[in-house]
Amino acid sequence: MREELKAVIKYLKEYDGPEMNIMEVCGSHTAAIAKNGIPTILPDRIRLISGPGCPVCVTPSSYIDRLIQLSMKEHTCVVTFGDLMRVPGSETSLSAAKGEGARVAMVYSPMDILDMAAREKETTFIFAAVGFETTMPVYALLVDTIVRENIPNIKLLTALKTMPPVIDYLCRGGAAIDGFLAPGHVAVVTGSDAFEPLAEKYSIPFGVSGFSGPELLIAIAGILKARGEGRVMNFYPSVVTREGNERAEAMIDRYFDVCDASWRGMGAVTGSGRILKKEYDWIDAGSRGLDEDRQKNRACRCGEVLMGKIMPTECPLHGKVCTPLNPQGACMVSTEGSCYSWYIHHRTK
Amino acid sequence: MCVALPGTVIEKKNGYAIVDFSGNRVKARTGFVDVEVGDPVLVHAGCVLQKLSKNESDDLTELMKEVGAF
Amino acid sequence: MKQTIAMVHGSGGQATGELIRDVFAKAFDNKTLNLMEDSAAVPGSGTIAITTDSFVVTPLEFAGGDIGRLCVCGTVNDLLMRGASPKYITCGAILEEGLDIEVLRRVIYSMAETAREAGVQVVAGDTKVIEGHGGMYINTAGVGFIEHGAVSAAGARPGDAILVSGTMGDHHAAILGERMSIETDIKSDCAPLTEIVRNLTEGGIHLHTMRDITRGGLATVLKELAEASERQFVIDEELIPVTLKVRDFCGMLGLDPLYMGNEGKLAAIVPEEEAERALSIMQHSKYGENACRIGTVTDGPKGQLIMRTEIGGERDLDILQGEGLPRIC
Repeated sequence: MREELKAVIKYLKEYDGPEMNIMEVCGSHTAAIAKNGIPTILPDRIRLISGPGCPVCVTPSSYIDRLIQLSMKEHTCVVTFGDLMRVPGSETSLSAAKGEGARVAMVYSPMDILDMAAREKETTFIFAAVGFETTMPVYALLVDTIVRENIPNIKLLTALKTMPPVIDYLCRGGAAIDGFLAPGHVAVVTGSDAFEPLAEKYSIPFGVSGFSGPELLIAIAGILKARGEGRVMNFYPSVVTREGNERAEAMIDRYFDVCDASWRGMGAVTGSGRILKKEYDWIDAGSRGLDEDRQKNRACRCGEVLMGKIMPTECPLHGKVCTPLNPQGACMVSTEGSCYSWYIHHRTK
Repeated sequence: MCVALPGTVIEKKNGYAIVDFSGNRVKARTGFVDVEVGDPVLVHAGCVLQKLSKNESDDLTELMKEVGAF
Repeated sequence: MKQTIAMVHGSGGQATGELIRDVFAKAFDNKTLNLMEDSAAVPGSGTIAITTDSFVVTPLEFAGGDIGRLCVCGTVNDLLMRGASPKYITCGAILEEGLDIEVLRRVIYSMAETAREAGVQVVAGDTKVIEGHGGMYINTAGVGFIEHGAVSAAGARPGDAILVSGTMGDHHAAILGERMSIETDIKSDCAPLTEIVRNLTEGGIHLHTMRDITRGGLATVLKELAEASERQFVIDEELIPVTLKVRDFCGMLGLDPLYMGNEGKLAAIVPEEEAERALSIMQHSKYGENACRIGTVTDGPKGQLIMRTEIGGERDLDILQGEGLPRIC
């Protein structure tokens, strides 16, 4: 192990300063933290809290229901990332619907839908466009192609969300957070400066981090050292710049308007979503108004977990009624959901 | 969220590139980044999101500068 | 013109007979099967090991193997893990209407060739046809003889070394690559482990436990063995062999190589003092070239599987939960 890294680990292990609650807002960070065993390296006074950064975990049930409804229609195929397959709506999941005859295809890239639509002109292909700033440019590019080539049989059902407004919402709501591990791949698109107003407003340090064990450790150490300071540090300079990818952002602005968005278990957050502009309504598969969020199980506390108010293990369902094989809420479904990650790694802190 | 991985451009085509990840190859759109063959790039869901800046990609020293001394 | 399977091939009449003679009997060709009796009568004695397995892979042919090779490997490896030497297997083929007969011929010939490589005879078979879209399924039974005492899943003892016979995740990644249309150099590792196990046994290694690392991957298999033996297993992340291409493939799709299945790898748990010799035997056996040691059995908390991570953390591993679907967004 490199000497520098050893020094970082020593610093973290011996940290005896004030207690620090650090929220990782990105689901891939949650997964990487568990995979690297980072909680077992940190002393108890440094707590890592998983935030609302797993896109499928924050998608309201009415969206999933609508998707399932579409997938059961004749001459219709829902195309999705693997992430969404098992997420429960108010009653069932895409995966279960597939067993009942729904047509669902799993892809690596949204662009794969172009070939599918060209091969089967009589079928309408609907992409389940969930995601944050990282994935939005890909959707914008897809819409751009649909518009320019006037493709009639591809539509998007969107549930697009943006990070800074929801972080603002958490801080405003008085969440006890002393620092943020800022989402590295979101920042590739938005630039690290997207978090600066928040850092200043709440005097909280933000550390933009990569996804390897060493990168995460260094970012956590950086956040500890900057306690109480409202500044943004970039620990992922190989791909993150201050300004981000401006061409990608411009393309998002061309096709999507800012809107209020509904977050599963949290409710509506002003200005935290994106939706296709009115003039591109013909590409939209009915994304507007999918705000209702009916829990499969009323005792599910996913919302509080997402807001960092409770640890997953504090939910009465966790590990009992709610397990990865029988998830009651979305946080237990996705491999980057915080409940899932805590459950499979027997994480207690 | 947002699984993305650095790979290397091995072929440049009109509007997209073939990017190699140690023997796995995908078609990645290049609408947002100008790339050349040999460039290390970050790919997410079949789209190039950024070119990796040289020197820093593998360097903890850079990150340590940002942390400062202990 | 392409010839395909039709319902008539399952009629039990002329067409069925022709298909069996033309494809299956020709490929498997052995005295017992050629008698075409209602059941196979074969010599045997002592303790026998019996196993059964069903194979439902899509696509039927993939880089590094096909459903025919896969079904022999899966069956033979299950017998080997119990300390048995595999002798006979059966082939119950369920064919869907529309299956290309050339594809069928190729996978059945591949099955026959793999059986010869693994030292087993296909002594009985059955064919049925169902409606569908050109797919096929194979169910097998396997019989082996236990000559040197059975190996049990519960045999791990504190201090034992945990060895694996090669790199993790190759089969799962190859299959997923085909399904997700990702062009990849990764090939399935599906292979019979006959030679590795025979060499270990004949080399006098005391195999406390063996398990082939299939569905669910390394973590699932080791967790099950830790639970069965009521021991703690401790493994080291940096010792676990994964090729760079499988590592990156997993990185692209948010998958974990620890939970990716193989079809030609095993985990062996042997006494510490025999570990180095066992490793050398494995490395000199076919399909064991990349064998290595990844950890140790301890008398820590019962049934626990701990992985020490590269940065010095600990990960408490469980069996695979869910289906291991790729995640991207």
